[in-house]
Amino acid sequence: MIKKIATLHSFKGWILTFILLGIALVLLPLLNLLVPEESVLHVPDYIFSLLGKYLCYALVALAVDLIWGYTGILSLGHGVFFSMGGYAMGMYLMRSIGKEGVYKSDLPDFMVFLDWKELPWYWYGFDYFAFTLLVILILPGLFAFTFGYFAFRSRIKGVYFAIITQAMTYALMLLFFRNNTGFGGNNGLTDFKRILGYSLHEPSTKVGLYIITIIVLFLSYLLSRYVVRSKLGRILTAIRDAESRVMFSGYNTLHYKLFVWTLSAFLCGIAGALYVPQVGIINPSEMQPSNSIEMAIWVAVGGRGTLSGALIGAGLVNGAKSWFTVAAPDYWLYFLGTLFIVLTLFFPKGLVGFFSRFSSKDKMREPS
Amino acid sequence: MDSPGAHIKDDSIDATHGCILYIEGLTVSFDGFKALNNLNLYIDDGELRCIIGPNGAGKTTMMDVITGKTRPDHGTVFFGQSHDLTKMTEYEISHMGIGRKFQKPTVFLNHTVFENLELALHAKKGVWQSLTRSLVGEQRDTIEEGLETIGLKEQKNLRSALLSHGQKQWLEIGMLLVQNPRLLLIDEPVAGMTHQETERTAELLKSLAGKHSVVVVEHEMDFIRSIANRVTVLHEGHVLADGKMEEVQNDPKVIEVYLGS
Ligand SMILES: Nc1ncnc2c1ncn2[C@@H]1O[C@H](COP(=O)(O)OP(=O)(O)OP(=O)(O)O)[C@@H](O)[C@H]1O
Ligand SMILES: [Mg+2]
Repeated sequence: MIKKIATLHSFKGWILTFILLGIALVLLPLLNLLVPEESVLHVPDYIFSLLGKYLCYALVALAVDLIWGYTGILSLGHGVFFSMGGYAMGMYLMRSIGKEGVYKSDLPDFMVFLDWKELPWYWYGFDYFAFTLLVILILPGLFAFTFGYFAFRSRIKGVYFAIITQAMTYALMLLFFRNNTGFGGNNGLTDFKRILGYSLHEPSTKVGLYIITIIVLFLSYLLSRYVVRSKLGRILTAIRDAESRVMFSGYNTLHYKLFVWTLSAFLCGIAGALYVPQVGIINPSEMQPSNSIEMAIWVAVGGRGTLSGALIGAGLVNGAKSWFTVAAPDYWLYFLGTLFIVLTLFFPKGLVGFFSRFSSKDKMREPS
Repeated sequence: MDSPGAHIKDDSIDATHGCILYIEGLTVSFDGFKALNNLNLYIDDGELRCIIGPNGAGKTTMMDVITGKTRPDHGTVFFGQSHDLTKMTEYEISHMGIGRKFQKPTVFLNHTVFENLELALHAKKGVWQSLTRSLVGEQRDTIEEGLETIGLKEQKNLRSALLSHGQKQWLEIGMLLVQNPRLLLIDEPVAGMTHQETERTAELLKSLAGKHSVVVVEHEMDFIRSIANRVTVLHEGHVLADGKMEEVQNDPKVIEVYLGS
């Protein structure tokens, strides 16, 4: 087992991975705790929630890359899986507020506001973290599996698949916007107080969530790496490049597509669940069609079909977004659109693809 | 997730009557146009058959039907005595032992030559096996043998996008071979090949007959002449003539079709 994991990277790759992990897991928290606040080296508390958010996006990018970059199936609906994980976590966090809401009721505030007298049945169970965790781990994947089964069995592909995933996320967004659906309408779920008894306002909780996110991202990365480097991974890229040849070679491509599609949704759901306690809110705008499109752009920027590209792309685009929303909020979408066009025209393999052109070693092989 | 086809072994193909493929009354229409029109064709077990015919005669469409890509309007395609291919999916048909080379060479351009053969290799092809198993020695040997046969040993770690057109054609044939099929369907194998490459391909295909049944579609007459025992001429979706190369060549109907087109 350990041996198998060790072969996932070259020696240099592992060193780089551990340096990054060391910085993220040890150095940053230490600079926060030990360095006095006046110092330039001090890392302020808010950084951890911000980085935590980016790490969740990175996990999303990893998920999108598996299905799009490796398998060639463009999904513009991953916001749905992200929101499913997010809402499940949000429901647990709402239930954890207890009677400390504005109305001092056992019900979430928005239900009191709607004059509901009792908890809808689909909120049962979210008092318990274990149940919530189960929903987070199962629901997005199960939903994706069902959706994917019908779509892939009907051999819906390419732009048609992208469009129906957009329609899916749009429809669910409208559904969640309605107050009667029972998830807080357009305000969504927010004003969380604690998770597993720990106050969400405490810096230590924030650092804890941040560390958990890094670990989850690291494990997901290893899992993805294992998948794409196995024979199955080679079959996925083969499906992307020449699906009919794969079928005529005796593979039931439906099963392969379903597998990676479900895995992708699974990872995306986990990302959503980690995102919500760190950002403090989940609302239907996460299911806006444009959100899912942005997810694909992260991957395109970093480099489709390379896991490191997905991670880098998510970091860079969101870093730029944070800067734009402060400096020039009106221009963000124009910038993003232009970026996307320039990339597809001039850097179809994204940044990682562009730079790996310079290392001769990779000439024979695709970067991975 | 075991593919259902995986349980069907080659030896369940009943070719006791000497025939491996029975195409009967096959009709395929595209928007009213009949690409195949009541086609009847029989392929003997172990034979090497050449199929010729002008552009649009329906040769590729016939292969599409045999491999499950296109569903016919009428007719049956039996593989051995008991398997109707028109009711099966592409991967099931592949598992039964039918391999196909496309008219336009189709290999996995982003994979190395070795990996192309690895993916095609006769093995369990379910998701779980692909995720957890790696190649065993015996399988490596089969791949190495395949590399030898198609003459791409030196290029084994080369990304196949970098191969020449002819080499891609060979690689695709190699992918069929490691699948170890009973029946090979080969659509225009020498298109774009140099004279020498064409000759080597002819040698290769001739060496396959006997162990496998081979159906070759070609336009290149010299090539056909060098490999063919028996030639079938398709025209407008049905068989126009059938027999030895010399007979077919001198058949007035055939001459008319070729001169007229
Ligand atoms: N999917 C399709 N939709 C519509 N028409 C088609 C389709 N596939 C084939 N045809 C038509 O069916 C006829 C037979 O085509 P087919 O490709 O089988 O010919 P062929 O004998 O292989 O010709 P060539 O020698 O040019 O490869 C052609 O007229 C073609 O235009
Ligand atoms: Mg053809």
